[in-house]
This record gives sequence, structure tokens and C-alpha cells, in this order.
Amino acid sequence: MGDWLSQAWTVARKDLLLEFRTRTAIVSALVFTALVLTVFNFGRDPTAVPTIDLAPTILWVTFTFAAMLAMNRAFQLELENDALEGLLASPLSRTSLYWGKLLANLVFVAVVEVVGLPLFVLFFDVPVAPVLGPLIAVIALATVGFVAVGTLFSALVIRTRFAELLLVVLLLPFLLPPLIGAVQVTARLLGGRPLSESAGWLRLLAAYDIAFVTLATLLFPFTVEE
Amino acid sequence: MLSAEALRHAFAGGRGEGGSGGRVVALDDVTFTLDAGQTLAVFGPNGAGKTTLLKVLAGLIRPDAGRATVAGGRGAIGWIGHQSHLYGHLTVRENLLFWAALYRVPAATRARRADAVMRRLGIAEHAERAVCALSRGLAQRAAIARALIHEPRVLLLDEPFTGLDLAAAAGFRTLLAQLRGAGRVVVLATHNVDEGVELATDVAFQRRGRFVHFAPRGGRGPAQIADEYRRALGAGGG
Repeated sequence: MGDWLSQAWTVARKDLLLEFRTRTAIVSALVFTALVLTVFNFGRDPTAVPTIDLAPTILWVTFTFAAMLAMNRAFQLELENDALEGLLASPLSRTSLYWGKLLANLVFVAVVEVVGLPLFVLFFDVPVAPVLGPLIAVIALATVGFVAVGTLFSALVIRTRFAELLLVVLLLPFLLPPLIGAVQVTARLLGGRPLSESAGWLRLLAAYDIAFVTLATLLFPFTVEE
Repeated sequence: MLSAEALRHAFAGGRGEGGSGGRVVALDDVTFTLDAGQTLAVFGPNGAGKTTLLKVLAGLIRPDAGRATVAGGRGAIGWIGHQSHLYGHLTVRENLLFWAALYRVPAATRARRADAVMRRLGIAEHAERAVCALSRGLAQRAAIARALIHEPRVLLLDEPFTGLDLAAAAGFRTLLAQLRGAGRVVVLATHNVDEGVELATDVAFQRRGRFVHFAPRGGRGPAQIADEYRRALGAGGG
């Protein structure tokens, strides 16, 4: 394992240990996920709009906003006792810091998704089992993209007032491409259509991941310089 | 080992004292060099630019002009800022092991190094306590332990005695004297002349970003330095 990745893992492991100790953000995200799915479940009229048409949008709206809780928390951890200054004064490279935060956020969001997906199936009774593998792949593909962008933006806004609000406002426009792609692929999968029909959207998701992980890695050092 | 060459830096948005065209001058043509075993005590009132100087030396701020060089780079620096840089919900030991890993202390020696530095600072019995449960003084000692965990060759200390009781402050002075004896370079910034004089081999008075005095301490004691400091900075200070 390269030194920079080893250092990134040190940062990620610390973030996950802190989250395990406090459990504030993960519990908030899980409660949020359950609440949103409950509200959508009881708020919809299945006779007006078929569940299968609505379900993909509900799934991704839920995952997106739950993930934002994770992104908000990523650099807030570093404000306590100004740990961020300590990190920046250390030999830790900015790239390792970004990747450490990215890895921790991915694990955090994955936990939310692992809990959220069965709840989604429970509430909406959609046929997930036959397409579970491809669905998980799509979720992973979309999640990498929006967590990469979200991690960058959370570093950008962390020293501003109203950071939580600003993050949502800045981030949502950038999340539109992967969100639309993820909803489109999910709708086709749940509708029993072949995966090959979603090849274009899958390429978009993959291209978004490559482009924004690369861009975020390159731009991150500028967001933390004083 | 450590050098500052014609450092200049200003912050935007300033008016009034120290201001220059809407910018607050924090560093103004600061130049010095320190070799192994030297300790520079930088005295100055609040807002004189001491913290900015340390941050530039630590690589946290890029100066507008000039250059700061530390042999060995960031990995050779032990940094104590205004905050502890410790994670409140991790124990003292977990914090030290984390920072040791970041400073590339070999995994096999991290635990031993953490134990040694905690013993040295008298916080070994608090090793398994969360930092958020420590008193201010104990947290400051843990912060010092964090800065020493990788055995840095250069120590940059910004008001390091803050929060320490008399015994802990005396112990820290002894530790700094030992580090100086071991060839470490120390830059200590404080507004309190009584705190750092006896440790220093060199003394600087900083005012509005500029070193208005920089010389070896020689045989001067705290009272004489305090007197010179008052005269150099005038009644108005800053």
C-alpha cells in the first residue's frame, strides 16, 4: 500500500472510530432515512401513481440527503480543538487528507444505504431480489461520485458561517448528473429491463466518478490553505 | 536548521494600529537563523504577529514575501498552537498513536513512544481517559505530548504555558531545557516575559510584525529583559 494511501487510511480509521464513539451522525442519518421512507410510504397514493414509477426517485432522494449529513460531519470533526490546523501542520499530504475523508464518508454512506435498502424494499414492496447485484453496483457507482464532490465541498465551506446550509446549496447542482443517472438505471432495473438498456447512463456515472474524483483530489489542497 | 529570510505578511481588512492600506501587517522584514541547541523567545503584545510568524515557520501560512526554511520539513516540526489539536472523544493514548502514525513514527515503536512521552509529562495515569474529560491543564500537557511524539528537531510553541499550573509549567521548562541540551531548536512565542526568558538563548521583541530587538540573551535575567521590553515597545505596546 502506498504511503499516501496508508496515511489516508489512518485518517479514515480515526474518523470512523470517532463516529463509532459518538454515533451522533450515523444515528441521525439512519433515523432520517427511516423517517423519509415512512413519510413517502404513507404520503403516496398507489392507485394514482404505480409504486414502481415512484420508488427509484424516493430511494435516491433519501440516500442523497442522508449522505449530506455524512458530508457535513466530515470536517466538523476537525473543528474541535482546531485539529485541522494540526493536520495541516503535519507531514500528512493534502491528497491523503482528502482520501481519508472520502474513504470514511464512503463507509458512512454505505452503512446508511445498507440499512436503507431493506427498509425501502419493506415499505415499497419492489422486486429487488432478481436485480440485487446490478442495483448494488449502481448504488456504489453513484455514491462514489456524489461523496467525492461532497467531501470537497464540505472542506470548502467548513470555515464559513452557515456551513451546513451552504453545503446543500452548493452541492445539489453538482449532484444532478449522478442522481438523474442513478434514478434512470434504478427505474429500468426495477422495471425488469435488461442492464444493457442502461449502458449510456452507466457510462455517465462512471465518467462522473473518474472526472470528479480526479478533480476533487487536485482541487482539495486549495480549499484548506489559509 | 531553521531560517527566516525577509518575511513579510499582511492580512486583509485591517484598519487602525498596524494597518497599512486596509491590511494589518503581521510580519515585516523578519530575518533570523537558528542552529541546533538555540532557543528563540519572541515576546510581543497581542496582535504583534507572533502567531503569524510561527504559522509561517510551520508552513501553515504562505508569506507574502520572503522564505522560511526548516531542515527536514514538516515532519521535523513539533507544533503547539492556541488549541490542543486533539480529538475530544478519543483517549489521550489514541490521540498520540494517531498523531504518531501521521508523523510516520514506525508502528513498532509508537506505543512505547506514547508511553514515554506521557510519563515525561505526568499524564500516564490519564492515558485511557477521553481528552474531553480532561482539565485544561491536563489537556495542555496532552497537547505538548502530541507535539513531542515524533521527537521533532524543531519546536514551534505558541503560548505553550497557557493553562499549566505552576508545577506543570516548571516541569515543562525543565523538559524544554533538556530538549535544548539535546540539540533541538525551539521558537517560543509569548506575551509574558517572565515565562520564557530563562529558557532562551536568543530574545526577540516583536511589534507590528517587526523585530524591534533581536539579540542573544547573554547574561540578561528576566527583570532586565522585562525592562528592555517595556522600553523597546513603549508605553503603548503593540
